[in-house]
Amino acid sequence: MYKWINPAIKRLMILLLISTSGVSLVSAAEPPAPPTDFRAEDVPGDAGTAIDLFWTLSPDDEENTKPRKVLRYVISRKVADNKDAKFENIGEPTYRVNTFRDSNCKTGVPYLYRIEAIGQESTTSTPVEISEPVIATLQWFNLQRSWFAVFVILICGSVIVFIEMARRGKTLKIRKIAGLEAIKDAVGRATEMGRSCLYVPGIQDINDIQTVAGITILAQVAKTTADYRAKLEVPTSRSLVMTTARDTVEAAYLAAGRPDEYIEDDIYYITDEQFGYVASVTGKMVRDKPAACFYMGAFYAESLILAETGNSVGAIQVAGTAMPTQLPFFVAACDFTLIGEEFFAASAYLSGEPQQLGSLKGQDFGKLIGGLLLLAGCLIMTLSAFEGRGESQEEQSQSFLHSAQTYIKENILGKGGF
Amino acid sequence: MKRTIPLLISAVTGFVLIATAFIPKFVDWGNDAMAWFNLLAAFAFILGGGNLLKMQLQKISAQQPGWGYSAVTLIAFFITLFVGLAKVGVHPNINFPEFAWSGDYLSEGSAFWWLFEYIFYPLSATMFALLAFYISSAAFRAFRAKNTEATILLMIAVIVLLGRTYAGVWLTGWLPNEPILGSSGITYSDFHLPHLSEIIMDDFTTPGMRAITIGIALGVASTSLKVLLGVDRSYLGSDQEA
Repeated sequence: MYKWINPAIKRLMILLLISTSGVSLVSAAEPPAPPTDFRAEDVPGDAGTAIDLFWTLSPDDEENTKPRKVLRYVISRKVADNKDAKFENIGEPTYRVNTFRDSNCKTGVPYLYRIEAIGQESTTSTPVEISEPVIATLQWFNLQRSWFAVFVILICGSVIVFIEMARRGKTLKIRKIAGLEAIKDAVGRATEMGRSCLYVPGIQDINDIQTVAGITILAQVAKTTADYRAKLEVPTSRSLVMTTARDTVEAAYLAAGRPDEYIEDDIYYITDEQFGYVASVTGKMVRDKPAACFYMGAFYAESLILAETGNSVGAIQVAGTAMPTQLPFFVAACDFTLIGEEFFAASAYLSGEPQQLGSLKGQDFGKLIGGLLLLAGCLIMTLSAFEGRGESQEEQSQSFLHSAQTYIKENILGKGGF
Repeated sequence: MKRTIPLLISAVTGFVLIATAFIPKFVDWGNDAMAWFNLLAAFAFILGGGNLLKMQLQKISAQQPGWGYSAVTLIAFFITLFVGLAKVGVHPNINFPEFAWSGDYLSEGSAFWWLFEYIFYPLSATMFALLAFYISSAAFRAFRAKNTEATILLMIAVIVLLGRTYAGVWLTGWLPNEPILGSSGITYSDFHLPHLSEIIMDDFTTPGMRAITIGIALGVASTSLKVLLGVDRSYLGSDQEA
């Protein structure tokens, strides 16, 4: 008797819920309003393969409306000079997005673009097209990087000029770097103690400039070990680094007049795997207890594991890296650390060759440019902040200092500049 | 000749690639050069594997201290090599179900995947976990108040350490947002440890790191030039013919 009552109550409840939630069962979703101010521009400084599209969001594309009236935008493209061409979908950026980059353009071909806003139940707004076709053009020189080019020319030019000056006999004064002075002491100590020297050239391959710098320092360390007749071991985590290190150390022993003392097997490959390499090297340290450990190259999380193990076996440790995140670890755990630029200067410093020392002066010139730019930037920003006090945003943006500040930010600094 | 040709190749390649950074048409040449390097590195990997075998076999045959580890290394090396090459336990690819070896050797459930997931990965994680203990021991040494500089370092370290944890909020969260002694600018809440930590990181650490980064960038440029111009040839050997 009561079987029919339950379904009836359920239906009644559902109808009640629907009516109170304000959702109509019969009315279909309305199409959203179209986006406005749709425009297309050729991407500057590219190979003529991309066009940027911009638009103002549809008035229905509001941030906190639920359910959203606009779900996404559909961008279509067609070739302008072909009458039979039809608009083809090239991308569907989501709601609240007002830019799109078409990266599959052909150079020199005029394109027309269309945008539609898509709403609930796939309703589509009125399509909006750009009025004039846009052509992606090839730029032979990336003008956005012109300031960067200026800095490259200035800094590289100064390095070359100073190298040339040094070649012609100009004496250059270089400050003492304690970490590099310590290398001889460390090797001497290893010789006295009858223990080996361990050289770790980082965990990156030879295409990393830090590894190259590490290998150039290895050449000088190997010369010292050859002079002192100390044993030098170089475990590597890359095969190419092993072959390069072997050539370097062999030549260093040859130059020191002790080619017979060069042992190829002391420079060996372990594994490319970061922690496998660390396990092997630290195990070696604990077993052999080297008297001097050198860490010169690119390091990541293994830096502290290596340096702390070296510290625990009582080795003198000299480290050098250009990884800013690892420098604090080396500073804390090693006796001497070559910080950033010192690491790159080490090879020149140790070799003492005038032409190599010339490159250090070039670096100094680069620092001078950087320092002057920093000063100028700080000055302009500070003056601009004082000038803008009490002025409206529009007035501020018109001032000379504000323009200068924007120009520096957008052109001289950042991606396209220093 | 042994050094001249490599130097010439590196110089020409290096300068051309520098130029392509400013010429959009050829900006992909750098990727091509990297592909060439990867090919070379793949060949060199055989060299590395050969060297690994040689070194471990020497240790085993001479029964050097710790030769057992070498035996373990070799066994692990050969098992992994076999499992990877023979695609042991690989499920066939959905498009070629008739070929047992058509699946990916890294696919879930394969023996190679199992080795990675249950042996290699936990071992790597164990090594990485050791870092926590090493950080503690290094910090203990670095933060000893031996002199004025070390004492300042210790104080700053304590502020940052506490400020970056909930302890900072717990210890100083009660400080009121009221001006100190009636002054207009500074409030008690400015001395919240998280706030002080933020100031130290943003106003002192960041500029310092940026200065180091600028120095590094200049060092990279200078070293690259030395290599490209052949001023520093030590990575190819000494100036004498070997």
